[in-house]
Amino acid sequence: MALLEITGASKRFGTTAAVDDVSLTVERGALFALLGPSGCGKTTLLRMIAGFETPNSGHIVIDGVDVTALPPYARPVNMMFQSYALFPHLDVAGNIAFGLRQERMDRRRRASRVDEMLALVQMSNYAGRRPRELSGGQRQRVALARALAKMPKLLLLDEPLAALDRKLRAETRLELIGIQERVGTTFLVVTHDQEEALSIASHIAVMNRGRLVQIGTPAEIYERPSSRFVADFVGEVNLFEGKLTAGFNCLALAVAGLEQPVPLPAAANLPDGASAALAVRPEKLLLSHTRPPGFAIAATVSSVGYLGGVSIVYLAAGGGRPLKAYLPSASAGGFGRGTGVWASWSPDDGVVVTQ
Amino acid sequence: MIGIGPLGRLVLIGLPFVWLALFFLFPLLIVLKISLAESVVGIPPYTPLITTDGGGLELRATLANFALLANDDLYLRAYLGSLRNAALATALCLLIGYPIAYAIARTKGTRRQFLLFLVMMPFWTSFLIRVYAWIAILKPNGLLNAFLTALGLITVPLPLLNNGFSVELGLVYSYLPFMILPLYGSLSVLDESLFEAAADLGARPSRAFLGVTLPLTLPGIAAGSLLVLIPAIGEFVIPDLLGGPDTLMIGKVLWDEFFNNRDWPVAAAVTVVLVAVLAVPIIVAQKFLQRERAA
Amino acid sequence: MTTTRAGAPLRIGALVLGFSFLYAPIVLLVFYSFNASRLVTVWAGFSIRWYGELMKNEAFRAAAVTSLEVAAMAATLSLVLGTLAGFSIARFSRFPGRLLFGFALLAPLVVPEVILGLSLLLLFVASESWIGWPSRGIVTITIAHATFGACFVSVLVRAQLAGFDRAVEEAALDLGARPWTVLTRITLPGISPALVSGWLLAFTLSLDDLVVASFVTGPSATTLPMAVFSSVRLGVSPEVNALATLFLALVFVLVSLAAWLMARAERRRQTSLQELPSPVCCARPPPAVRERGDPAR
Repeated sequence: MALLEITGASKRFGTTAAVDDVSLTVERGALFALLGPSGCGKTTLLRMIAGFETPNSGHIVIDGVDVTALPPYARPVNMMFQSYALFPHLDVAGNIAFGLRQERMDRRRRASRVDEMLALVQMSNYAGRRPRELSGGQRQRVALARALAKMPKLLLLDEPLAALDRKLRAETRLELIGIQERVGTTFLVVTHDQEEALSIASHIAVMNRGRLVQIGTPAEIYERPSSRFVADFVGEVNLFEGKLTAGFNCLALAVAGLEQPVPLPAAANLPDGASAALAVRPEKLLLSHTRPPGFAIAATVSSVGYLGGVSIVYLAAGGGRPLKAYLPSASAGGFGRGTGVWASWSPDDGVVVTQ
Repeated sequence: MIGIGPLGRLVLIGLPFVWLALFFLFPLLIVLKISLAESVVGIPPYTPLITTDGGGLELRATLANFALLANDDLYLRAYLGSLRNAALATALCLLIGYPIAYAIARTKGTRRQFLLFLVMMPFWTSFLIRVYAWIAILKPNGLLNAFLTALGLITVPLPLLNNGFSVELGLVYSYLPFMILPLYGSLSVLDESLFEAAADLGARPSRAFLGVTLPLTLPGIAAGSLLVLIPAIGEFVIPDLLGGPDTLMIGKVLWDEFFNNRDWPVAAAVTVVLVAVLAVPIIVAQKFLQRERAA
Repeated sequence: MTTTRAGAPLRIGALVLGFSFLYAPIVLLVFYSFNASRLVTVWAGFSIRWYGELMKNEAFRAAAVTSLEVAAMAATLSLVLGTLAGFSIARFSRFPGRLLFGFALLAPLVVPEVILGLSLLLLFVASESWIGWPSRGIVTITIAHATFGACFVSVLVRAQLAGFDRAVEEAALDLGARPWTVLTRITLPGISPALVSGWLLAFTLSLDDLVVASFVTGPSATTLPMAVFSSVRLGVSPEVNALATLFLALVFVLVSLAAWLMARAERRRQTSLQELPSPVCCARPPPAVRERGDPAR
């Protein structure tokens, strides 16, 4: 049985639907990410699972129990808040013990659980400190320990890495994965950062404007986006809009501004006359100074962004169409501004997107 | 707040609500009722509103008290006098308080908090005592006259006490903090960059003040003015201690009517009219206080 | 507007003048309470004679005791009522009569005291003739002071609640605490500066009140301001100077305490919101960098 099952959940604020008929399943032990731009409803959905918002319709079932009508203090769910929300008048140990006190756990067990949690997040020396004496990263670890102390079936994390600087973010990412493996709790993370979701999660659900747009593993979401929105939101992409037409030995798209029709992957299956888009990731684009055999697009380099090991090359193709390509910086030297290039890719590296 | 049931809300809201209704709102209704009664000798010294004298319920109400107010021009002069004194005091508080509030708003750092504290302190240290202190300074053989005489500026003591001058001084002195704080509130949230933009566009400091600062601090000016004007109209202690025989303010009239003439119905009628006069400014003030806090 | 540099002398001038005006009478009072001479214009040397006279003054002493009693009771009542009221108006956005409630919470702070005093007295008189209670004196003064004190406390509580991080309450609910537990163990401690200052300031307001007390008091109860008032009407008296100075000192201490508490709470709130520089934490494996303050692993 899945740990979390949401069926048809909707939440309306006034006339806007913050969450619109969302259904998803989270398996036990997963590190599940809810990804989407701000305002897409992911935080509202999270709060519905926690119990701070009541859905207008739909059900939320945790480990077989329908919790839709239960208040937050009665659910086997705990949350790590984006602002950490540590109790300012209690010290670190007091914060962690708070949930255990509400369960009326006896003093000895409580103390040992608190020690266990402090060791888990490597804050054992800080038990007596007040929250205001801690740094941001330290407060986050206390917030995590506090949320895990009751050993909830499901742990919700609201934008856990958003407040951290880049270096700390990378390290905390590793720590979170490590803790989840050790403790075995199911994690549900809400984030707007697609890089974060891709690197941390075992499964991702992408949301946009209150609706669930795609669910899958990070690789599935990235390599096989089901819609233009997902293709564009997750990672960089080159999108070619067009109508189905015939190409050289394959199906192709007639794209405005391009002389040749763009070939589709061999397995593409579209009805006649259909409109669709082809999504090609920048790392799949091959740039060369000479025209390669087969399909290629003529373009000029408009600028090159140096990202360290990799550079992103911005191109302008026929009709001003912008393209993006990733190149290892070592080979990007020959592609300065104004250079004329040919961009091509293997047809199977593209993804047909109909939505 | 999640989870507080109807019973909980009833207690949390109901307890203070009932108290305030009983000890603030209801008394105002009683004042209204008594203003419609007649004065009698006895305890209580007024006639009841509803009697069972004639074998059934009978309503005994009279507008005689209000007629008295309308006919005796003492009351009219007292209302107008109060309005005039309070308005003048408000204007003076604004004139004096604005520079002070401005100076505090431009002070940096923790000194600001300290200065605000210094402004509020007099408010907390016994109104009565501070007013009384002015008597010692203003009386004919008081400090100020002695000082001026010693400097050779005057030979005869100036009549500084028991007249309009001392009343205004007392009003301004007592209510100044109430003007400074809302002004400071408005001034402190002004963005420095607004002035830089004005200067950049060619506005001289005086123009920038009139065109940018003043309009943007209008809420503070309005709130401060109301916080001074409304209580000042009904002020009693200051006209009583610092005022003279021709100082006619409605607060003092009310007190005299009540304690000296023992005419409760008339005193009640005076109050009803005063509340009516103040009703509009009070509601306006309430709106401002809400908004200032929300800001 | 004028740059900081250019406007400074004007600003300092405004502050100096302004504060001199505000504090001159107070300073003079204190000064002359130590004056051996009765006359304000003659300085006859330093003396604490008037303090001695004051201590022997039975009327003032009894009045002081009455005032302190009333103030303590009224402040406590104000605190309870004001906290409930401030919390209700801040947290419950919709209930029947909310507009009226809001009005009743703010109007007493603005309305002239003679109106408050008169209306309450009329209530007490009517009540006494209907149900025989209350007889006017300490009880009625306490009730009156508690009423406007509560309004004042509610303003403070409301302001403190506005800056209160509600996520902390949600965290408590999430961790299994029931709503009433959250209120008493999380919210109330969280607004404690407002509660303490509220009590102190309501106490001060009660001590200071003349007009309302004069209206609602009975034959047996005289408060300190009332005693001072009747004394002052007879003329300036040096004992009153001494009393005033003592009073000023007491209030100064109380108000400073309240202000210090609020300032400290604000400072704490600010630091808890700030991001302190994050040291590089230990990732696994191996522990690369020690955190500040950690003993060697």
